Amino acid sequence: MADDEIILADLSDDELVMQMHDDLYDGLKEEIEEGVNLLISRGWTPYDTLTKALVAGMTIVGADFRDGILFVPEVLLAANAMKGGMFILKPLLIATGAPRMGKMVIGTVKGDIHDIGKNLVGMMMEGAGFEVRDLGINNSVEKYLAALEEEKPDILGMSALLTTTMPYMKVVIDTMKEKGMREDYIVLVGGAPLNEEFSKAIGADAYCRDAAVAVETAKALVLRKHNQLTA
Amino acid sequence: MSQDALSKLLASRDWLMADGATGTNLFNMGLESGEPPEFWNTDKPDNIRSLYRNAVNAGSDIFLTNTFGGNASRLKLHAAQGRVRELNRVGAALGREIADASGRVVVVAGSVGPTGEIFEPMGTLTHRVAVEMFHEQAEGLKDGGVDVLWVETMSAPEEYAAAAEAAALAGMPWCGTMSFDTAGRTMMGMTSSAMAEMVEKLANPPIAFGANCGVGASDLMRTVLGFAAIGSARPLIAKGNAGIPKYHDGHIHYDGTPELMGEYAVLARDAGVRIIGGCCGTMPEHLAAMRKALENTPKGPLPTPEDITAKLGAFSSASDGTGDTSGDPKRERRNRRG
Repeated sequence: MADDEIILADLSDDELVMQMHDDLYDGLKEEIEEGVNLLISRGWTPYDTLTKALVAGMTIVGADFRDGILFVPEVLLAANAMKGGMFILKPLLIATGAPRMGKMVIGTVKGDIHDIGKNLVGMMMEGAGFEVRDLGINNSVEKYLAALEEEKPDILGMSALLTTTMPYMKVVIDTMKEKGMREDYIVLVGGAPLNEEFSKAIGADAYCRDAAVAVETAKALVLRKHNQLTA
Repeated sequence: MSQDALSKLLASRDWLMADGATGTNLFNMGLESGEPPEFWNTDKPDNIRSLYRNAVNAGSDIFLTNTFGGNASRLKLHAAQGRVRELNRVGAALGREIADASGRVVVVAGSVGPTGEIFEPMGTLTHRVAVEMFHEQAEGLKDGGVDVLWVETMSAPEEYAAAAEAAALAGMPWCGTMSFDTAGRTMMGMTSSAMAEMVEKLANPPIAFGANCGVGASDLMRTVLGFAAIGSARPLIAKGNAGIPKYHDGHIHYDGTPELMGEYAVLARDAGVRIIGGCCGTMPEHLAAMRKALENTPKGPLPTPEDITAKLGAFSSASDGTGDTSGDPKRERRNRRG
């Protein structure tokens, strides 16, 4: 491979960013870490590095996932590469007070072990600039509510992959209603057996077909919520 | 060598009818969302007997045991990873009891669902651990007297292969289906044709293979056409959902009618499927309608995708994910690096 080896440090900023998009697509974690460090060393702000190199790259991955061109294994590798870059950027973003998109608490419902979809959503949301608290799998209504109290997020995300666990989302939403806190949060739901109609019937704000849609929906609803607050 | 019960039945009949939903039926008996259905094998055995008996009475030749989540990885969620052997054995023994009392030959198939974990390098599951978990479950099902192991709802080829190896270790015949729920492919990106090819390469291939669950009956039939196009001599299995889940008055209800599932069963048979059943949302009344349709409808020609959508409704995605270019990135690429 020596002949066509690309030396990242030799690329111009524009070329490097394009290359990072490709490297994210291919799930090359070390290359992404190197690219992030290079951009920072060239005086890029952490926020520009995040949005122009990583988020823009993950948007391409997300679109191809949504369109059935990429599947879970490829997206997991891309998300893992993204995570490598985020690990470097996170402290820098906090230190520079970069703008934040919002905060999300996310978890798979009680009885359900599946966390692939939820992990993808979490990583894509981080990729889009959201702060994400991941509660893992098998979450009871008590665990969700405790995390909402603690984190005060904009969004609660729930995932279920089984017919036997999806109704539990309604248990959580009903409990939020009882406690008069349902309107304080945007509730997004997702998972293979779900659909739009189901999400409406259980009182969620939106059903997100996949991680890319989750990010688009989260951005739109957070914006609407902020507009309502300032109106 | 004496043949297993399923192979014998397949040799004597053109098609066999499998069962319908497990979860949906148990919900209707009061199972709480989030609770593991496998606990009912010991806690509410009469409900599980009813589940099995209802399938048999509706005309099923094969039914699956209530052991879908009975592997250590899934039972661990409920701190019951120490009960794998017991819950599988009891779930299987209840099935044996119902099948033997039916007065005809009914095959008891030991349901084996996915671990829910992802294989290395993306995840943490290793081949060795997966084989161990499936083997432990298989031994429990064998103790309880199942005729065949029934691996279902798989997404990853690695996991399917691990289950095949575990079946060999337990010395049990097996069948295996995958769930094609993502733009015509499994969640991990496997196409119907790739599965048909993979199955033939296994050291311990299944008696029959096919698709279950996924997205409604139309999509499942499209997957079946993908298998049929490969022309495998191995018997095919179709276990599709009775439509799409809807939520009514605190209950999950699938929108596929018994009539629709009857149409689906006939289409599946005409496409060459030997073992036809339902999955989520398929209740005894659906099974009865399927059996009746299969018995009363003369065999027709291989259905086209147009026949399928005309009778069962539209597909959920434009393509079934097979074909030369769908797996390749569309955009122009820069130089690839190693």
